[in-house]
Amino acid sequence: MDNFMQQFCQQLINGISLGSIYALIALGYTMIYGIIKLINFAHGDIYMIGAYFGFFATTQLGLGFIPAILISMAGAAIVGIIIERVAYRPMRNAPRIAILITAIGVSFFLEYGMILLVSPQPRTFPAVFSPTVYHMGPLVANSQQLVILISAIILMVTLTYIVNSTKAGKAMRAVSFDADAARLMGINIDKVISMTFALGSALAAAGGVLVGVYYNSIDPLMGMMPGLKAFVAAVLGGIGIIPGAMMGGIILGVVEAMVSGFLSSTFRDAAAFGILILILLYKPAGLLGKNVREKV
Amino acid sequence: MNQVRKFDLTLFAACVAAFAALQGAIFTGIIGPFWELNIILICINIILAVSLNLINGYTGQFSIGHAGFMAVGAYTSAVITVKLGLPYELGLVVATIAAGFLGFLIGLPTLRLNGDYLAIATLGLGEIIRICILNIDYVGGASGLMGIPRLTTFAYVFWIMIAVIFFIKNFKNSAPGRCCLAIRENEIAADTMGINTTKYKVLAFTLGASFAGTAGALFSHYFFLAHPASFTFMRSFDILTMVVLGGLGSMTGSITGAILLTFISAFLSDFPEWRMIIYSVTMIILMLYRPQGLFGNKELSLKMFGLGGKENG
Repeated sequence: MDNFMQQFCQQLINGISLGSIYALIALGYTMIYGIIKLINFAHGDIYMIGAYFGFFATTQLGLGFIPAILISMAGAAIVGIIIERVAYRPMRNAPRIAILITAIGVSFFLEYGMILLVSPQPRTFPAVFSPTVYHMGPLVANSQQLVILISAIILMVTLTYIVNSTKAGKAMRAVSFDADAARLMGINIDKVISMTFALGSALAAAGGVLVGVYYNSIDPLMGMMPGLKAFVAAVLGGIGIIPGAMMGGIILGVVEAMVSGFLSSTFRDAAAFGILILILLYKPAGLLGKNVREKV
Repeated sequence: MNQVRKFDLTLFAACVAAFAALQGAIFTGIIGPFWELNIILICINIILAVSLNLINGYTGQFSIGHAGFMAVGAYTSAVITVKLGLPYELGLVVATIAAGFLGFLIGLPTLRLNGDYLAIATLGLGEIIRICILNIDYVGGASGLMGIPRLTTFAYVFWIMIAVIFFIKNFKNSAPGRCCLAIRENEIAADTMGINTTKYKVLAFTLGASFAGTAGALFSHYFFLAHPASFTFMRSFDILTMVVLGGLGSMTGSITGAILLTFISAFLSDFPEWRMIIYSVTMIILMLYRPQGLFGNKELSLKMFGLGGKENG
């Protein structure tokens, strides 16, 4: 029993640090979905691009962790704005499925464009922290996990402040509530959407750098699976709801860690999608969402 | 009715002619092995695209997990021919039934969802199917099921493709098919008119899934192996792209989309590093300028359709 509890707590620590990365990606998904109702399949690839920005900032420019993560967030924000401007804005009135196909196309373009640019080989992310291991009784946590958790909390608090307490955040909430009414009130919708993409992409990029720090390895296709799973996390918490995405990310990370700790790591992806199916069947609006009845 | 039958007969004659021409060209070596492979791939992709069109285009249910059903078909048929040593024809039939049954089981609960949620759920289910197969050692696990004999010939692929196309074409004009179209146009309205929407949605989903299973069986028996990596969500996206490219709800559109995309990737196979980039840019540009697909939801006209039938081969 003691052994079980120890294993359980250990997996909880691993799960929370993995989950906070999912949460960072899921935030972007949820904001973008909330505002233009698009499953941005390219979001996972922005996370990958963020990781590469961080990689080049530390190896080529020799920057430390904090400047590197800031540069990577700024770079990814610009990439996000460009993608929205070039690929999604002309499609705003097109059928939903066409926009989805465009998103898939953008995702492929980023993945294989990066393969062409930086070669498909995985790169070793430099160790920006001396890997200190902390022992808390029988439990083990390392400095990377602490950094991930602290960075994720800082970013989430900042985001919550931006969305809830600034004028720009108010505009974002208005557009996501009712775009037409917001436009009538004089809100520049294009600008708000650009800003949402910038914010979401920046958070994903931060997640990418943190994953690089955690796993020490990045490659151009690293964004596919985490991208899908972050979407699962967003749906789990209730899509379009910001605290929901954070909660969904953490829950997903913990469940995955438990499954790989107690069952087999090959089933962890299946666990994520299993959660998705269950939540969709029993509470499609997500854990924090409210059911809205469809009107004729 | 007579008019329809006459049209079907002409079409059938065109198919026989196309088959004779292509088979002759393969026999005499005018079409080399590379293009023979691509022609077979085109036929398999047409089956996949047309069956996905039944779900996405005619019934309006947004499914992107088609590769999962294809995997089920591929593995079931391979188990029957390789592990049990039974005939290939039986494998094809059982693969179709197995994939259809799984489609039924999955469709019953998930088709309550709609729009993007259904899309993500089917995507997730497709991945779950693949991961489960990956963990079954009996069928080779992560290294795939090897040593499958090449039993798929051009004749098999071609005639199964024609049968699927005719089936779905006639299904669309049948009473259940019209119910599906009504569901696509407006589900709530269809419900109020007394259509059992769940029944017809599940019916379309099951049929689509079973044809995907057939395609999977043909696929694994042409390429000698069934490998989990062949059935990732990338393949589901590929099939979806074919359908949307041709125009959702257009059968000739799906056929054209399948032919076009298979040709594009065959031509680009000489430039592997540029292949996916050109492919994705083509996809984006097409959607930017023609979001409803090449044909919208219209079919090619009667005269052009005969011509399209010949091109299919």
